[in-house]
Amino acid sequence: MSALSLRGLKKSFGGNAILNGVSLDVEPGEFIALVGPSGCGKSTLLRILAGLDHADSGEIVVGGKDMSPVAAADRNIAMVFQSYALYPHLTAGQNIAVPLAMKRLSGAQRLPVIGSLLPGQKDIRAGISRDVREMATVLKIDHLLDRKPGQMSGGQRQRVALARAMVRQPSIFLMDEPLSNLDANLRVHARGEIVELHRRAGVPTLYVTHDQAEALSMADRVAVMIGGNLLQLAAPDVIYNDPAHIEVARFVGQPRINIVQAQAESGRVGFEGIRLALLEKVATGPVSLGIRPEFVKLSPNGRSGIAGRIERLEFLGSEVIAHCRLDASGETVIAKLVPHEARELIAGMPVGVLVSIEQAMVFGPEGRRLRIAGTTGARQEPAYV
Amino acid sequence: MRSTAIPAGRIIRFGLLSLGALMILAPYIFMISTAGKTQSDIFTSSLSLLPQHFYFAENFAKALNKVPMATLLWNGVVVCGLIFFFQVAVAIPCAYAMAKLKFRAARLMMVLVMLGLLVPIHATALPLYVAFDRLSLLNSYTALVAPFTISVFAIFMFLQFFRAMPDDLLHAARLDGMSELGIVARVIVPNAWPAVTAFAIFSVVAHWNDLYWPLIVVSKQAYATPPLGLMYFRAAEAGDDYGALMAATLIITLPLVAAFLLAQKRFVEGITMTGLKG
Repeated sequence: MSALSLRGLKKSFGGNAILNGVSLDVEPGEFIALVGPSGCGKSTLLRILAGLDHADSGEIVVGGKDMSPVAAADRNIAMVFQSYALYPHLTAGQNIAVPLAMKRLSGAQRLPVIGSLLPGQKDIRAGISRDVREMATVLKIDHLLDRKPGQMSGGQRQRVALARAMVRQPSIFLMDEPLSNLDANLRVHARGEIVELHRRAGVPTLYVTHDQAEALSMADRVAVMIGGNLLQLAAPDVIYNDPAHIEVARFVGQPRINIVQAQAESGRVGFEGIRLALLEKVATGPVSLGIRPEFVKLSPNGRSGIAGRIERLEFLGSEVIAHCRLDASGETVIAKLVPHEARELIAGMPVGVLVSIEQAMVFGPEGRRLRIAGTTGARQEPAYV
Repeated sequence: MRSTAIPAGRIIRFGLLSLGALMILAPYIFMISTAGKTQSDIFTSSLSLLPQHFYFAENFAKALNKVPMATLLWNGVVVCGLIFFFQVAVAIPCAYAMAKLKFRAARLMMVLVMLGLLVPIHATALPLYVAFDRLSLLNSYTALVAPFTISVFAIFMFLQFFRAMPDDLLHAARLDGMSELGIVARVIVPNAWPAVTAFAIFSVVAHWNDLYWPLIVVSKQAYATPPLGLMYFRAAEAGDDYGALMAATLIITLPLVAAFLLAQKRFVEGITMTGLKG
């Protein structure tokens, strides 16, 4: 049984559809990254899941129970917010203690003065502070417990927010871009820590981000959401190497995949002398041909391949990104080269563009992936034409 | 060499500001001076700021003996305190709901608040007076406090402040298991202190100095607020004893002046805050 299932969630704001029937299953202990450009509805989905917003239709099932009528507080879903959302007037320790106090102490026991006189609350409070300390030790923030959020750095606040969410042992863990307010170095470091924490706690996690690198590097499975539709849910390598939709291919990968316009005719796709046989029947007309930059090679001075010209070279240390313009169609193709391949290249020079035909992907006019005869999603030794 | 010289523009600016300050301070300074003069000093034809005989002690003694000054000040504290307490107790939950919760009547409430801002107490004074009279509540703290317990100005001011509070904070509180009232008590109120202090300044200054409403509903000295007590003093006791009258006025304005000097920074913050957001 899935830890969490979403079935056909729909939501619109004032006639604008934000979610167009999203369905998603999270298995126990799984880490799923929900990735998509800003405004694709991923944060809305998370808010609906947490019970902070309501879907127009659809079902949320947690552990076999329908959650739609359950209030946010009773869903036992914890969330880490992009802004951390720590209570500014409370210390880190008090912040982490809030969810435990709300759960374990009765309303009367929480009252400021009277509460401390009621029987039983002393033991509960001792238990809470023990759990808070334990959680803080795990996250290495035990020396910060007496500080207020205003006196902490971004990274420290982020840990306190994580601690507050994890301390009550939720059944589902939601994270809404928790790393986007950190600086670049810290972000990469924090990625590893979150994955490590998840592995240790084993709580199913839904992690929202707009950073495809973050999604690919952290998650067991990646859900790509664009324009309110869940386009693909698969393991990171499948998302990258075998995208189901042109938008997925475009969104994932840095630098972006090259998309050129090609022509489909009687089951074959043709582009500048390249011919690919399609497995399925497609109406004659334009299709898109996608090829990752690492499967594009350049031949200096156009000795072979499609004639083009280098517009710009970006040296990135371990690799060189070459932007080329094709002479015939005027389209731009990006090649990702290792430095020694780029030694002879200079901006402005004519080149021959070679593409690895086995790695080409064909997308239909509506963006759906079209399979090519003879090639599968698995990588092969590329042959260039 | 230029760096030590004060630019001419600055001198003019300071000059104008000092002149303005002097004009506003002059009556108060003159009041302090008069409080230290004898009757004959006050009525001499020459105008002098410094009293010829220092008569402060006598005037203050007279002011303290002839009116129940302690009662007046106590009434002022009770009335201002109660008004402020109820205003905040009503306005904070109300402004929170209007700023952060979605409900049908929110727009209508906003319109009502705006309308409320436009209606002065003077317009509703008569019906309120009649109502208190029918309820036999004239000459009571209730009559002094009740009409001001719902302050649309407070609602409006807190509304602006709460709108700027991040939604995520409230979401986090809801996920942590707080009810809406719990959120108000545990998250909103502790973080609303800047707005509350700013509003306290407006509320306390307005109601401490208010003469209009107490004059309508109070006719017994036991419930008189400081300005009203002062009026009785002038009418009944002092007659033309301006020295004593000024001494009494000085005593009554002293708490506000002291509060201002102690919390000067907050005053300015409060006024600029409403200036920016109101």
